[in-house]
Amino acid sequence: MLHGFLPTLIDGTGITLAVAFLSLVIAVMLGLLGAAARLSKVPLLRGMATVYTTVIRGVPDLVLMLLIFYGGQLAINAAALALGYENTLDIDPFVAGVATIGFIFGAYLTETFRGALLAIHAGQREAGLAFGMSRLKVFWRITFPQMIRLAIPGFTNNWLVLVKSTALVSVIGLTDMMHRAGMAAGATREPFTFYCAAAVIYLAITTVSLLGLGVLERRYSVGIRRAA
Amino acid sequence: MNFEAITEAIPSYFAGVSVTLQLLCVALLFGLALAIPLGVARASNNRWLSWPVWAYTYVMRGTPMLVQLFLIYYGMAQFDAVRDSALWPWFSSAWFCAMLTFTLNTSAYTAEIIAGAMRAIPAGEVEAARSLGLSGWRVLTRIVLPSSMRRALPAYSNEVIMMLHGTSLASTVTLVDLTGAAREMNARTYLPFEAFVTAGIFYLALTFMLVSLFHFAEKRWLRHLAPRSQTVLQPIAIAS
Repeated sequence: MLHGFLPTLIDGTGITLAVAFLSLVIAVMLGLLGAAARLSKVPLLRGMATVYTTVIRGVPDLVLMLLIFYGGQLAINAAALALGYENTLDIDPFVAGVATIGFIFGAYLTETFRGALLAIHAGQREAGLAFGMSRLKVFWRITFPQMIRLAIPGFTNNWLVLVKSTALVSVIGLTDMMHRAGMAAGATREPFTFYCAAAVIYLAITTVSLLGLGVLERRYSVGIRRAA
Repeated sequence: MNFEAITEAIPSYFAGVSVTLQLLCVALLFGLALAIPLGVARASNNRWLSWPVWAYTYVMRGTPMLVQLFLIYYGMAQFDAVRDSALWPWFSSAWFCAMLTFTLNTSAYTAEIIAGAMRAIPAGEVEAARSLGLSGWRVLTRIVLPSSMRRALPAYSNEVIMMLHGTSLASTVTLVDLTGAAREMNARTYLPFEAFVTAGIFYLALTFMLVSLFHFAEKRWLRHLAPRSQTVLQPIAIAS
């Protein structure tokens, strides 16, 4: 099937998913930190988080990726030289891709988490504090579980956009699924067939994600009354 | 930062801005023209109308725009029927392929936005129009569409920003848009920071201009919805 290129495409799908999941981990951490900073009482933190989300969301992913890939390469070589290393280091497209996508979607998730946190009634937190819980405990036991439910729709949306953004790492030379589809297209002179195959795989990832996150949303919405 | 190199390259960045804006305007114009009938069909109660549009938007929104662009730009050449047809001069042009891809892509997202706004229309507005004896067509064109297009404005502004950023993909099919100008400068001078930070600043400026344009439009056309909630619009949020 597909002139024997199916295994390599499936291999590439593994890389695509690895990029997506690893950058999601970075994005969630940055998003939580960012949301905490946006809602903090310290003006400096608030300002930094605002600049982060505004700048990242105002510039295309591709430009940021090229900046980090080519610019990061230069910066690392300069740093290595300054530290006395003679050999030049190469930035791995995988690392550059994961770092960039994580950094970008951290900004989007910051806004998602911030909105979800703001939607939780202050009385919930106050009640926790009145019971003598520490602020950390209030966050983990009271705010965070409720935030998940409110953040799921935005999170789903960001995840779907993130998965599609991973296709861009093929532009900086990572041999992800998209890149392999391109190589197979060149080798067989059947570009339509292979880009179609790539589209079908992305669509499958999207579909599975939608189903999975739908289950999660129902799970976290147990006990929430809905208007019929 | 090598500012001299940046100043030298500025004219090519402005040329890139012009390409980016042309791609954006064409895609938005034709995309919106397609999206209105598609959105109406999507919101329709008739399954035979709404289902095909659902399938179309599901596929377009579920696959990366890069794949769509490559499918059209590289993929079409696979078929002799296309190569031998009168359409070939069109499909062999990166310009046409980029515009077609961006138009189809934005039409899918916009159709969903319009359909969502149409579903959210208060039933009373439609009932009032019916009780005045307006025909179905008139209810649609005089009441439902004008009202829902206004309500769709905030979500549509997100889509426009996403599209502005999406046009950067044109640089992967040989077009020299704003991103293309930066990639050329990087290749020529090997100054990646200067090249891509400059492009980033241009994109930020374009984003802010579009955001303020929509802010203005919302103030004008959504005034009737404003006083109840004094929410400040987020500059950019992802399209839902």
